Amino acid sequence: MIFFIKRFFTVLVARNKEFIRDQSALGWNLLFPILVIFGFAYAFSSGSQDVFKVSWVSQEEKVSTANEFEKTQYIQFIPSKDLEGSLDKLKRHQVDLVLKPRSPSQGSPSETPATDEYWINSTSPKGYLLERILKSTQTPTRIFEKQTVSGQEIRYVDWLISGLLAMNMMFSALFGVGYTMVRYRKTGVLKRLRATPLSSFEFLLAQVASRLILITGVTAAVYVGSHAFIHFKMMGSYLNLFLVMFLGAMCLISLSLCVASRTASEEFAGGLLNLISWPMMFLSEVWFSLEGAHPWVKASAQMMPLTHIIRAARAIMTEGAGLQQVSLHLGVLALMTVFFLGIGSYLFRWR
Amino acid sequence: MNQAKQPILEVRRLTKKYKEALAVAGIDFSIQSGSCFGLLGPNGAGKTTTIEMIEGLTPPTGGEIFFQGRPVDSRFRDHCGIQFQATALQDYLTVREVLDLFGNLYRRRAPIESLISLCGLSEFCDQDTDRISGGQRQRLLLAVALVNNPDIIFLDEPTTGLDPHARRNFWELIRTIKQQGKTVVLTTHYMEEAYVLCDEIAIMDHGTIIARGAPDQLLKRNFNRVTLEIPKAAFENGSPNDLKIPASLPGEVHLKPDTIEIHTSEVNATLEQLIKEKVSLSNLKIRSLTLEDLFLQLTQKESEK
Repeated sequence: MIFFIKRFFTVLVARNKEFIRDQSALGWNLLFPILVIFGFAYAFSSGSQDVFKVSWVSQEEKVSTANEFEKTQYIQFIPSKDLEGSLDKLKRHQVDLVLKPRSPSQGSPSETPATDEYWINSTSPKGYLLERILKSTQTPTRIFEKQTVSGQEIRYVDWLISGLLAMNMMFSALFGVGYTMVRYRKTGVLKRLRATPLSSFEFLLAQVASRLILITGVTAAVYVGSHAFIHFKMMGSYLNLFLVMFLGAMCLISLSLCVASRTASEEFAGGLLNLISWPMMFLSEVWFSLEGAHPWVKASAQMMPLTHIIRAARAIMTEGAGLQQVSLHLGVLALMTVFFLGIGSYLFRWR
Repeated sequence: MNQAKQPILEVRRLTKKYKEALAVAGIDFSIQSGSCFGLLGPNGAGKTTTIEMIEGLTPPTGGEIFFQGRPVDSRFRDHCGIQFQATALQDYLTVREVLDLFGNLYRRRAPIESLISLCGLSEFCDQDTDRISGGQRQRLLLAVALVNNPDIIFLDEPTTGLDPHARRNFWELIRTIKQQGKTVVLTTHYMEEAYVLCDEIAIMDHGTIIARGAPDQLLKRNFNRVTLEIPKAAFENGSPNDLKIPASLPGEVHLKPDTIEIHTSEVNATLEQLIKEKVSLSNLKIRSLTLEDLFLQLTQKESEK
């Protein structure tokens, strides 16, 4: 046991030194996410999106296209019967506007002008634009009445930050561990280590631990650095957020070990890592909500660890969710970690 | 040579098959403790596969390997040192840190300072490993192989790519290690290196051992002859393409690019015959056959089979 711990720490320390001394990689790991956060914070504060989602609250099954506003192109109307649920989604930037058309029982347009209620998130650039479009379609027979969202609204940047932190973690885990392992295998470092009493379990554990420490440190630095300038919302417990990020990093590192378990080709590993990371980047709600997306897209997103990391972190940061509320995501991440670690260890080859 | 000692390593009917290809065909040999054993052979002969099976890096298809009289097990890695032909080390670590890293992976270890002194690493021990020369790197890799104070050390073509000066320095290091009582298993393509360092050699080809013994004994057994080297011009019969080589020379005649080599045990009779045939002997060279000649002869015969 003593030798196990000694060997584990030896490889862990060596890998950490290697990473920290590679100043270009370290610099990039810190700089890249900060640049992305600032870039998007700026981009979305000035409103440059061109696709909108409207929650259309009515007892009707289908969105009526009789009116001008509902005919507008590039707006996705999502029918809903649940006003409270739609308003929650609005607060979380999952939809950009909630529209509640006057129900037929409230009188016919010929008798009195119909008053349709709408809600927007006052910090949402999309909401602002949609409101302009909505009002431009107002007629004497159809009047829109603005309602306020009760409770605290969430800015887009508050919504976005958890996704960006998790996405950075994903790239660091997948490429940091996967590429390093493939390079070690290709150059013969693994072969040399294999000729020592070091076991594959000790080696893999040291790699996971090393990257966990680095990801935790870098994510914390990015969080603190970004918060100093952007002052994004953090309503939950830091300990809970740490737990989510820690488990999420473990899961992503384990996934990377699976990818890098056998191949010695950097090109192949790179392709495989891109194949995994790109869908996750777009389907795990880093940038936009999947509200209104096709069911199979939503189902695919559920299978991605990044989705669960982001949903749990976002719930903690923007809603102050406790562990119980994110327990499903934590459970899925734990299961995925065990699965990926098991497969990665089973498939691992030194050469 | 310590013939009376128990072999430190013994290999019995060691076999390795890759699908249809037989890389190592049931070889047997043993290595005496404290000796330097050379495994020679052309590329693809099965040397590296044999060594890797002993080191535990490649599983054998058949056969047995004994270390200090017992079948090899996980304990063996603590007792052996390995220097691969080409090994990358972790980036951004200094020479001293690399030694420390590898030292910590073993249950037993040699003092780092003594390794630095033995292998002449003191001048650059605080430099990054990617900033040292080829010769310095090989000395570092040797130090890494010695970091667990092994009883037996495997060196796979350790001097390939080194300049003659660095190579000779490396030979001195190996001699010093041998003097410390360690057993050295060396694979090399340099016959001079094998001749100078090895107490015993085994020549492999096509997965089998085709000759084995002390270098001098092997030479004596195979060559009781000398080589006469005469420029081709001495045999020209009017033009460079028309050579007149006497048919009744008492020895084997080998055509080389610029010379004719005659391997013979009857020097006087051969010279008399050449003089009789009016071959000019003004640029004649006489030399004993070397390990390289033996290697070429044996492996060529094997290829012709």
